[in-house]
Amino acid sequence: MTQPASRSVGHYQYEERDRTFLQERINEFEGQVRRRLSGELSEEEFKPLRLMNGVYLQLHAYMLRVAIPYGVLDSRQLHRLADIAARYDRNYGHFTTRQNIQFNWIALKDVPTILRELAEVDMHAIQTSGNCIRNVTSDEFAGAAKDELMDPRIHAEIVRQWSTLHPEFTFLPRKFKIAISGSPEDRVAARFHDIGLLARPGENGPLFRLFVGGGLGRTPVVGQELFDSVKEEDLIATLEAVLRVYNAFGRRDNLYKARIKILVQTIGLEAFRKAVEEELARMDRAAYRLTSEHVAQIRARFALPDLKAPADAADVLEQHKKADPVFARWVASNTHPHQDEGHICAVISLKTPGAIPGDVTAEQMHGLADLSERHSFGEVRVTHLQNLVFGHVRKDQLHELWQGLKALGLAAPNVGLISDIVSCPGLDYCNLANARSLPLAQKLGARFGDADLQAEIGALSIHMSGCINACGHHHVGNIGLLGVDKRGAETYQILLGGDAGENAAIGGILGPSFAEDEAVDAVARIVEFYLGQRQKGETFAAMLKRCGLKAFKEVAYETV
Amino acid sequence: MKLFDLSGRKPLEAASPVPFAEWKETRQGTAISLAPDVEVEELRSHLGSLTLIVLEFPVFRDGRAFTQARSLREYEGYEGEIRASGHLLPDQAIHFRRCGFDSVVLPDGANVKDWEDQLGRYQFYYQNTAVSPV
Repeated sequence: MTQPASRSVGHYQYEERDRTFLQERINEFEGQVRRRLSGELSEEEFKPLRLMNGVYLQLHAYMLRVAIPYGVLDSRQLHRLADIAARYDRNYGHFTTRQNIQFNWIALKDVPTILRELAEVDMHAIQTSGNCIRNVTSDEFAGAAKDELMDPRIHAEIVRQWSTLHPEFTFLPRKFKIAISGSPEDRVAARFHDIGLLARPGENGPLFRLFVGGGLGRTPVVGQELFDSVKEEDLIATLEAVLRVYNAFGRRDNLYKARIKILVQTIGLEAFRKAVEEELARMDRAAYRLTSEHVAQIRARFALPDLKAPADAADVLEQHKKADPVFARWVASNTHPHQDEGHICAVISLKTPGAIPGDVTAEQMHGLADLSERHSFGEVRVTHLQNLVFGHVRKDQLHELWQGLKALGLAAPNVGLISDIVSCPGLDYCNLANARSLPLAQKLGARFGDADLQAEIGALSIHMSGCINACGHHHVGNIGLLGVDKRGAETYQILLGGDAGENAAIGGILGPSFAEDEAVDAVARIVEFYLGQRQKGETFAAMLKRCGLKAFKEVAYETV
Repeated sequence: MKLFDLSGRKPLEAASPVPFAEWKETRQGTAISLAPDVEVEELRSHLGSLTLIVLEFPVFRDGRAFTQARSLREYEGYEGEIRASGHLLPDQAIHFRRCGFDSVVLPDGANVKDWEDQLGRYQFYYQNTAVSPV
């Protein structure tokens, strides 16, 4: 299928009916705002309705969370987000760990207008919040990574459509998050989602390994494997069955025990599986079959990149690296191998040391959109670690892209390194938080900002949350930081040993919490200890296993 | 009590529903009401004698009755009327209809137009359900 050159690759191209649907959804929301203002709807009634359309009431203002399905944007969408940031917010947006973007300073009266402006570029805020099935997330290197078994985005789109205004699952006990990856390297934290799907090709079509009941928040749980190989035709039926069991039996008496993980824990995986299998046995499977025709229709609405590169593209990149060591360092940390020899995936760090993780100004968004048109088929991906990815960059043009990124102040060579800090917005914005996250993240970023030091430390992740709701995923960082309220003071607990991937693990709490500057020093001592004691090639996780949490604890509390 | 017809399948039942636990004792009448924590399989052997099942919403956010309604239609093959009662919002009108409800007990002071508007809001839906295959 040929696409006009202005169309981007990487996401589903809307048809007319999708656009009509968005208009109808906006009309609905506009009516809800009107009924709230007239008093016909109470705030208690309006709240879940506005949340289902991405509108939160935060500490200082309304926040609007815009959906970026499976994290893929096109350049005209990014330009539009920049315009919205400039016109309705304070000239910036914040990319989140669920691959969405948030605007933190929105007036409620502007929301319907903003939604119309988003709809013009096929975007919306549907189900970015509320107790419903949330925006589906996926692998930031989907359709590009060399290690990929199968592009997960087609099925991510199918799940997105299936979950959109699902009549049975719009008033669930609690929110419900689904992630899908097609790589053996779990880059979506599948085991930390309500449902995590790992897709792979099978002899007779795609198969899905399904994890259930994972999650972070107050009660971090590693998801368990419900089914090893769900067939493509059974994918929707299986999701329906899991959601039906959850909707019927998930707790509704206690907000903090309402996620599916608690249900699975309480009744046990075997009983849960039996309930799901009973649903499947009773269900009219033909009515819920995901047909290969339907999959083909969705697939046809994804444009593929035309991956043509000169034969010497890889050589040219090597020459550029040799000539420019600063560039070479950026390539070492900020790229990922592509399926095509002549191409490479570039990761754009939104963690410039000292800056707020995930924040991008309107000017940077415009600049990135322009660069993506020149270098990545107008396609930009958002990662669950709050960075951006250009999926298909010609190797011989990577240096040019890097120069463009430098001009935008977005060339920090720190992806996967210690200053690539994941953080929630914290008490600066959020009324749930116990402590601010951003100043600590900024201080840590600055402390380890030196590129040589970071390269020496190597792969090491810091995740920061301002409260136990864990939006910064502090349980799965090598080093996790959690804001806690200690008799009215903002303090920080340190956790060590988390892992979001294949070897999923929840970090262990080191001990009593630290004041902000003490926490920075304690992290510095932990890192120093790692540098001094690690064996050749030993990762932080491996050394922690060898030496034990206690050894790290002694170091962390040394001078406190 | 004012009823709103969602499905237009047939005239709405006028009978007063009896709570299921009570009805089981006497089996008087053909209309029952069901709390959201009851599994609809419990009704299986009684469905032939029922013409109205009222599903309760203690609060509009409690979505269990959507699954109860769909189970009655899809798994139990129940053909009689299903009615929603309790704390309901017009914003839920399509969800009710698409999960197999025929009617709602309108809350006091409800604006019927909100309910009518909502039913006609969308031209298509993205998923199959009990009563609206795509």
